[in-house]
Amino acid sequence: MFKFLLKRLALTVPTFVALMFITFVMIRMVPGDPIEVRRGERGISPERLEMLRHEMGLDQPVWKQFLDYVWGILHGDFGTSIISKSPVLHEFLTLFPATIELTFFAMLIAVFVGVPAGVFAAARRGGIFDQTLMGIALTGYSMPIFWWGLLLVLFMSNTLHLTPVSGRVDLIKFYYPQVTGFAIIDSLLSGKPGALADVLRHLILPSIVLGTVPMAVIARMTRSSMLEVLEEDYVRTARAKGLSAWRVVGLHALRNALIPVVVSIGLQVGTLLAGAVLTENIFSWPGVGHWLTQSIARRDYPALQGGILLIATIVIIVNVLVDLTYAAINPRIRYGK
Amino acid sequence: MASEVIATTTASPPSSLRAFWNSFSENRGAVIGMYVVVAIVLIAIFAPVLAPYNPLEQFKGATKLPPFWVQGSDPKYWLGTDAVGRDMLSRLMYGARISLFIGLSVMLVSMVLGVILGLASAFYGGIIDVVIIRIMDLIMAIPSLVLEILIIAITGPSLLNTVIAITIVYLPRYVRLLRASAIAELSKDYVTAAKVSGVGKLRLMLVTVLPNCTAPLIVQAALGISDAILEASGLGFLGLGAQPPTPEWGAMLADTRDLMQSHPWVMALPGLCILITVMAINLMGDGLRDALDPRLRKS
Repeated sequence: MFKFLLKRLALTVPTFVALMFITFVMIRMVPGDPIEVRRGERGISPERLEMLRHEMGLDQPVWKQFLDYVWGILHGDFGTSIISKSPVLHEFLTLFPATIELTFFAMLIAVFVGVPAGVFAAARRGGIFDQTLMGIALTGYSMPIFWWGLLLVLFMSNTLHLTPVSGRVDLIKFYYPQVTGFAIIDSLLSGKPGALADVLRHLILPSIVLGTVPMAVIARMTRSSMLEVLEEDYVRTARAKGLSAWRVVGLHALRNALIPVVVSIGLQVGTLLAGAVLTENIFSWPGVGHWLTQSIARRDYPALQGGILLIATIVIIVNVLVDLTYAAINPRIRYGK
Repeated sequence: MASEVIATTTASPPSSLRAFWNSFSENRGAVIGMYVVVAIVLIAIFAPVLAPYNPLEQFKGATKLPPFWVQGSDPKYWLGTDAVGRDMLSRLMYGARISLFIGLSVMLVSMVLGVILGLASAFYGGIIDVVIIRIMDLIMAIPSLVLEILIIAITGPSLLNTVIAITIVYLPRYVRLLRASAIAELSKDYVTAAKVSGVGKLRLMLVTVLPNCTAPLIVQAALGISDAILEASGLGFLGLGAQPPTPEWGAMLADTRDLMQSHPWVMALPGLCILITVMAINLMGDGLRDALDPRLRKS
């Protein structure tokens, strides 16, 4: 297992190096003068330009610049935002809890709706229930989620007034200090009655929107994995022993059918963290996805560069963790190859 | 006499196309999906003939008109008009052209490149294989939308750059698929036989092995079109795809966010078009998979 861990970690090193190289090249390829792009200033005098070039290390050879960049990253320096003038890493870490919170609840909805739906569909294979569920899953899978989000806002918020339109909490009514960055924990810590309920009301629509596609994928996967397992001999034996149908399906078959599903859930977490870009934009959710698109609009390239590097790093780490979990459950992966 | 009877009762096996169609048409959803796709393709091709107006023409006195089933509509504009008085029906019809163009070009380019790279990596192995697979792993390590944003931040937002960005993001799917199936084929007897009889490498790759890898490739290509359409409309919605006044469905949706409450149909229609198109292609793709891959046919 330890050997597998080392091997898997070693495989990520070239990916990180390439990632750093791409983001390094990126800032040099964006249209416009690098100084203007970085400092957000225009029409600089030649003397000041020379000074800035020296200050930013742009008069060094390119390979030296790249090594400096890598050195900075390894010491936690992901650049400085042009707009806010604060370190990119700091901005990212301030906003990231909001994205984690949203992703977590989206995944919760996706799993707790998707898995049972897949199991029921497989158990009643070919029936009207199966067809309806799979029809819904196909719709969810094909859904442009930004449109789905706007539709939900239109009906739930604007027409029925059930949920708020955007943001994480009603700050006028429930102002509380940021302690952990997680609205659920902070609202509890604030001790204000109703604050947590308000946070959850803000969370529900974005979570549904972000969870829709993974929910559909999980339902489809659970169904096909269940169908495969239900054909196995041990399931027939369990049935022959006279166990109730739901005990066979829900206990014996489900346990084995869930292995590939768990892996796909794990792999989707990474995609979701990043996929929050669209959802966060619809609901003005103050997370990293929203920040990333705003950085493009403001031409804040250092923020974009650092942000992309950080998101990709997190996704790579999540994927390694998923692989390790999979190897822990399934020895064939560990020893094969 | 006896042999004659046998001869007349032996039916020739159905041709492979016929067998495919029999299997495909068993799936009612797939056939419906196919009809919808054909309809959308026809609308896209004949948009200049079918559309009542130029999609970019603004009718001054006719802004924000509702579609025909809502009170206060104008029969001249079936599906109403948008904020600056452009005919919705015409814009949606031309939008089908853009979405299909994106879907098809992404699919074609990434498939052709993917086939070449996948075959090269399976056949040559060694350093070529390592380099290709490493690059593909890198692309897959970065979440698709984030990588597309990165590429578009460098190249600038436009329809062509949308296609380029999505093509790069989807390339690994084809490379890995082709590499895996080509490696599996390479160990089979017919390939050894071809090698022994002196078939050249290029011919071995393209004529001997490639045709036996096409079934999963076709399925991946079909589903790749719908994914590309979704992805492109998401970029359009973020303002990073096709630029106004291009009637791209995602961008049309983004335009109408301020009007959402007062004129919901302006927002509802482009999204509905995306959903229907993507769903129809996915239905067809599911049917193709079931028909082409006998292992999955039963499930």
